[in-house]
Amino acid sequence: MTQKYRLDKEGYINRKKSISFKFNGKKYFGYEGDTLASALLANGIHLVGRSFKYHRPRGFVGSKEDEPNAKVQLYDGAKTEPNAVATEVELVEGLVAKSQNCWPSVSFDLGAINNFLSKFLPAGFYYKTFMWPKSFWYKIYEPIIRKTAGLGVAPLKPDPDRYEHKFEHCDVLVIGSGPSGLASALAAAKNGARVILAEDKSQFGGSLLTDQVTIGNKTGKEWADETIEQLKSMPNVVVKNRSQVFGYYDHNMMVMFERTKDHIESPSEYIPRQKLWYIRAKEVLVSTGSIERPLIFGNNDRPGILLASAAKEYIKKYGILIGKKPIIFTNNDSAYDTAIEFKKNGINPLVVDVRKNSESTVVKEARDLGINIKFSHAVANTKGYLRVNSATVGKLNNDRSSYENLENIPCDCICVSGNWTPTVHLSSQSGNKLKFDEIINAFIPNQSRQNETAVGSANGSFTLKKSLEDGFHKGFEISNRLTKKNIKSDTPSSNEKNYGKHENFWCMPLPKNKDYKRCVDFQNDVYVSDIELAIREGFRSIEHVKRYTTLGMATDQGKTSNLNGLQLVSNIENKIVPEVGHTTFRPPYTPVTIGTIVGREVGKHYRPTRKSPMHSWHEKNNAVFVDAGLWLRPRYYKQGNETLQQAAKREGANVRKNVGICDVTSLGKIDIKGPDSAEFLNRIYTNAWMKLPVGKARYGVMLREDGIVFDDGTTTRISENHFHMTTTTAQAVNVLAHLEYYLQVVWPELDVNVLSTTEQWAGAAVAGPKSRALLKKLFPKIDVSSEGLPFMGFKEENLFGVPARVFRISFSGELAYEINVESDHGIFMWKKIMELGKSMGIQPYGTEALSTLRIEMGHVAGSEIDGRTIPSDLSLEGMLSKKKDFIGKRSLNREAFLNPDREKIVGVIPVDKKTMIPEGSHLVKDKNAPLPNPKLGHISASCWSVEYNNPFSLAILKEGKKRIGEKLYAMSPLKNKSIEVEIVSSHYVDPKGERVRS
Amino acid sequence: MLEIKCPHCGSRSQNEFSYGGDSSVKRPELGKEVPDKDWDDFIYFRNNPRGKHSELWHHVAGCRQWFKVLRDTSTHEIFKTAKLTEEL
Repeated sequence: MTQKYRLDKEGYINRKKSISFKFNGKKYFGYEGDTLASALLANGIHLVGRSFKYHRPRGFVGSKEDEPNAKVQLYDGAKTEPNAVATEVELVEGLVAKSQNCWPSVSFDLGAINNFLSKFLPAGFYYKTFMWPKSFWYKIYEPIIRKTAGLGVAPLKPDPDRYEHKFEHCDVLVIGSGPSGLASALAAAKNGARVILAEDKSQFGGSLLTDQVTIGNKTGKEWADETIEQLKSMPNVVVKNRSQVFGYYDHNMMVMFERTKDHIESPSEYIPRQKLWYIRAKEVLVSTGSIERPLIFGNNDRPGILLASAAKEYIKKYGILIGKKPIIFTNNDSAYDTAIEFKKNGINPLVVDVRKNSESTVVKEARDLGINIKFSHAVANTKGYLRVNSATVGKLNNDRSSYENLENIPCDCICVSGNWTPTVHLSSQSGNKLKFDEIINAFIPNQSRQNETAVGSANGSFTLKKSLEDGFHKGFEISNRLTKKNIKSDTPSSNEKNYGKHENFWCMPLPKNKDYKRCVDFQNDVYVSDIELAIREGFRSIEHVKRYTTLGMATDQGKTSNLNGLQLVSNIENKIVPEVGHTTFRPPYTPVTIGTIVGREVGKHYRPTRKSPMHSWHEKNNAVFVDAGLWLRPRYYKQGNETLQQAAKREGANVRKNVGICDVTSLGKIDIKGPDSAEFLNRIYTNAWMKLPVGKARYGVMLREDGIVFDDGTTTRISENHFHMTTTTAQAVNVLAHLEYYLQVVWPELDVNVLSTTEQWAGAAVAGPKSRALLKKLFPKIDVSSEGLPFMGFKEENLFGVPARVFRISFSGELAYEINVESDHGIFMWKKIMELGKSMGIQPYGTEALSTLRIEMGHVAGSEIDGRTIPSDLSLEGMLSKKKDFIGKRSLNREAFLNPDREKIVGVIPVDKKTMIPEGSHLVKDKNAPLPNPKLGHISASCWSVEYNNPFSLAILKEGKKRIGEKLYAMSPLKNKSIEVEIVSSHYVDPKGERVRS
Repeated sequence: MLEIKCPHCGSRSQNEFSYGGDSSVKRPELGKEVPDKDWDDFIYFRNNPRGKHSELWHHVAGCRQWFKVLRDTSTHEIFKTAKLTEEL
């Protein structure tokens, strides 16, 4: 297939390597070095998509990241990527792309009916129309609107690619490799700074690749190539292409993505698709260049109407003519370069210039080449549905409110230029207060808030000479602050054309009695009439106009539209642009795939997994695991076809009848040492600790300063100045930080050290009436009688040669022990206990049985210590020392905490003794009361009691124990249940605690 | 992301630290009578200045030391960091 619009010469493409690709199902060819956009244009394809709202046919506007229209869907299936910008997609063998937001096809799109209804779909249409009836929004309006107005389709399968993150530091980060970027990178590098130069494109050089200039005795391109080679050879420089710095964050943290895979024909499977770089730069040089603004005129959004600079770039970089009958429409001199390039390649362009005249060398050159120029003229309107085919051109009248005559001129493309807008996005993101430059009619960086400096056209300097001077000067000055080496580089001489002043006239009037659509924001379908409407309706702030019309809110973030929109608002309001101000620039500068941002933190890599030393044993014994914070804990050990509830019942019953073993490694453990340790615990816990004897454990409750229960656990006095604290699994990290805070910040005078030892100890709880007999087998030397090792006793002893700690503590409410050994011996301990317990019917039990046992005993856990309860709410008032002060004590006498009808802990059983009460159910008096039914409390935890073989729950209920014996209803609208329940004591089993002391 | 200079370890990224509030708040001494209003102020009320703010940070993913930071709340500029025993 021929590439009809490809020139024989020009461009930096590799004509020896032909590449095939598919667009909308049809096969085409391009060359290595093409983008998807240039390859399509080489084949004469302009129509690439449909506009967002009215489904108007749309073609390319730009040639780089500014492109608002050419958003395409790449590939299929899991690999598919929506909203890829065709001008930024490098052509690679086998690329598959299709148009978005059109059905059944881009050339015949049924949604285009919206264009004929456009009178009824102005700005704010959705807000105004779909307000009523309210319930329709969610189910009817929104899904339909979403289908017709939209971009690409997100993949439904997991992303098959891999993405990586990288952290880097440097002295100077230079963003953009145009003349000023190259100059400043070179100057800074020669002065000894560690430099990173980042270029978004595959090729370095920026405007040097397309402009006819010389630097020293070389062409711009030669100088750029040579400079890059020089930078690459320096050990203190990192040079990156295909790398877009898209975000400028606090303390000079820059975020950049690098495209590492998509452009490679057959990539190694180990290459990540993209890399996200976090770069902490001491200084940042923003040399991001500038973007050409379109002109606004009737039907200026037809395919075939492009920016003049884009047309030039397609000729110079890719050897492509965007058309063969071009009109160049401009208010400044830079577009004449485009006309000259057409002429040089044998095409006769017509230049339409709104200005009265221009005498610059570039205009002269155009004249000398015989290019037809119409000054004081403008394009009023265009024709051609799927591609522009003519322009209505007229002479502007004196006050430029209308036209003196209009004629129809056939054309196949229109190259527009409304002057240049510095790319200030990153500077603005850094906190730079921009100022409006009256000469170029655009915002430029002004007052830096961070170590950020803009150079070149990003700073409003549009000549090569100034860009180079600026670059070398700033590159030296900034690097010298850091290196102090004083190695200055000379600025090479340069030669360029001379450009005159633009005229700030950019929005063409409508011919009499015509209401052509004049597009301001191509991607979001915002027209001059929408902005006029917004202002008529009273929106004044530019931020409000933006949100009402969606101007600049699309994925291109208004790169081509923002300033035109601002100027329009200022004109209508009779204000000057700086008064109107600009909208906020936010990261990302260009769209970034979510995969890149997430990096390797997907699936199991999302967060670390903590496993106990006995994990492999649990796996071999059919454990079903549950996440407990970062830990994986056995929830139950499945036998045959058991359900969770059946297994928990079996495991729990075995603890009550024989003996069970539970992995409690995940409990937080904190080693506390120092002469003031007891005093410290006395302040941290609500109960008394000074007199705890060595070799004894005590249960403790901690409060927050505001009186709310924070955590609970047992702490053992190992020796006079040495304690072993346990915390809940969930709060282990927070308790350590809490202790550190008080030791370091509040009471630095206390001589205490705390250290987490959670991972150093493997823990097994051995619980049940037969646990004493088992312990005797495990530790023949210990006197395990109730006198020898009483409840809350502690011993250190060898377990078949392994040093172990034995605590007589119980969470299950049964006679129980907890054995700790060093983690490496955990599996040995576990197997030994299983082996010696076999004859007693030992069975492992998981967290589900553990919960069942603690719930029916009325022991509180995380579902009751929920950040809202104080000790008396949980029947823990006995734990509060009256003799000493402790953290949170002062808060307990606050009025709300003394209120007698606070919600307090109780037990709940269903009256039918059969129905499990869903956790989270609300307790109410009358199940038929009108909504909102007054809530008396809620169910915090539910289990099937193994002791009584019926359901039992804990609840936090208004007035608590006073209601014992009352009948209420547990309502769970989520599960559509209302259950009649009876309030009982929270201590359902062994209320006197005789078993643990037996 | 801020870059915070831990007085013990040097400059590190913000994700190694956790914020600990106004460093000028002093906990009333244990065992002392505290009027309701003072206690309420201590528990619930904090100044929310625009500008310089002296605060506590905890180097949780590092040396686990608490330390002081003088930070501008509107620009995030960090003027100084100091050990707890030092003046900001």
